Amino acid sequence: MKRYVIIGNGVAAAGCIEGVRSVDPEGPITVVSAEPRPAYCRPLISYYLEGKAAPEKMNYRPDDFYDRTGCRVLYGKKAVSINPAAKTVTLDDGEALPYDALCMAAGSAPFVPPFEGLDTVPEKYTFMTMDDALALEQATETPKDVLIVGAGLIGLKCAEGLSGRVKSITVCDLADRVLSSILDEDGAKTVQTHLEQHGLRFLLGDTVVRFDGRTAHMKNGGTLSFDVLVLAVGVKPNAALVKDAGGEVGRGIAVNERMETSLPDVYAAGDCAEGEDLSCGRRRVLAIMPNACLQGRTAGVNMAGGNASFQNAIPMNAIGFFGLHVMTAGSYTGEVFAEITETGSKKFFTQDGLLKGFILIGETQRAGLYTALIRNRTPLADIDFALLRQTATSAAFSASARADMFGKVV
Amino acid sequence: MKRIYVKEEWCLGCHLCEYNCAFANSGQKDMATALKGKPIYPRIHIEGKDAVTYAVSCRHCADPLCVKSCIAGAIARTDGVVTIDRSRCVGCLTCVLVCPYGALAPGEDGAMQKCELCLQNACGAPACVAGCPNGAIVFEEREAEA
Repeated sequence: MKRYVIIGNGVAAAGCIEGVRSVDPEGPITVVSAEPRPAYCRPLISYYLEGKAAPEKMNYRPDDFYDRTGCRVLYGKKAVSINPAAKTVTLDDGEALPYDALCMAAGSAPFVPPFEGLDTVPEKYTFMTMDDALALEQATETPKDVLIVGAGLIGLKCAEGLSGRVKSITVCDLADRVLSSILDEDGAKTVQTHLEQHGLRFLLGDTVVRFDGRTAHMKNGGTLSFDVLVLAVGVKPNAALVKDAGGEVGRGIAVNERMETSLPDVYAAGDCAEGEDLSCGRRRVLAIMPNACLQGRTAGVNMAGGNASFQNAIPMNAIGFFGLHVMTAGSYTGEVFAEITETGSKKFFTQDGLLKGFILIGETQRAGLYTALIRNRTPLADIDFALLRQTATSAAFSASARADMFGKVV
Repeated sequence: MKRIYVKEEWCLGCHLCEYNCAFANSGQKDMATALKGKPIYPRIHIEGKDAVTYAVSCRHCADPLCVKSCIAGAIARTDGVVTIDRSRCVGCLTCVLVCPYGALAPGEDGAMQKCELCLQNACGAPACVAGCPNGAIVFEEREAEA
């Protein structure tokens, strides 16, 4: 019987378990879970702080998931090394787990730059895990002034989650705009203005050069007092185990469309992996939840001897702040088409007759039609793209395309 | 499994399906009390261009992207029917970002809604199909193509 080991216990791991079980109902699966809880919906931690997600509704799968799938879960254990020759994983307690197929679904860890004086800050947090959310909840039981370093997805969702609980929130970022990884200048301006209207204060193009207790000395010369510090500069994929074992690692663990790493019988999925981004043709870490689930499942099917391939991964994000919804996908290259409406804006990027990316702000109805154009590489010449830019509707497609969509089993 | 299919050549664009859907899912006994003078949030909607109109609702895909993408684990596929646990939904709209059909939209409270084939409500079978005056929406078994 084939023995499976999964390092990590998040969404990619859950997808992997389901993938394995879709092919092999019996082979023993061991899950190494550094966090002391079943797979949960990580993006919900900001909603938890906001009071919009109840802990009992945050688990990713039903309570009997691991029992039903016959998994042995080692909670609170960490993998410290992989021996690809002996096909074993060694844990921090010394146990060696033999595997026939291994999946790295270890996620990522907050990147904390070596700020001078960081050790003098009494209340500092990162925002990545449920434990982080619980600690921040406790730290903000009484009204506090909060400084968040990093105006990316994590920093800003954290800010939204904390906004009803604290006295003030200041967000600084070395980048000159908010959400610089997913928004262009125009979009960032719109979102920043909206966030400022909800009480957030920004120091952009600026960062901390030195901490002194509860004071931050900024690059631009100012100083800032705070009670609670949140470090949300970025994340780094947990790829070291594969790298140390001699596997190919870029920013994340390099995988092909079958989620195979360069090491035999070792797969990787989710935020620790780096697969091809269809929208730009290069390998990228796509640290988003749909990707984790799809990659995990692909890895699992192949680990069990099935044949699965995940070829149309693209970056995509649906994120909202205080009622303003933002959706982005793909790469922002090529010709730009912008549509401004009364309630928001849409920006489309096309190249070689294909849609490559989009940024939608406040105009998000049926956006999945746009996402599908990127993922399916639909030639824009075959559709009424002018209509589609205004309104996301399949009426812009041919009658035969619609007959496939609405007249067949899909 | 029976699914909803549309015949756009028969659709009149009358929007009755939207009203029947909203009523079926309102939990009320009288249509006028349920819908009159209120904005409606149906789980099916009419789209179209020029003379062509047709109804759009969840396709209950064999391999649904919404289920795999939901950040709250709120969408599931059980016995072929894709359903949403609205009490878990945080309204992030990721399902809207990935659904290639445009079949999900928020309800009045901001939590997402989708067609569940009226299997959970008092109708027991799709109200849009029963009420379509021109037979443009059908509920039937069709073979998947190989």
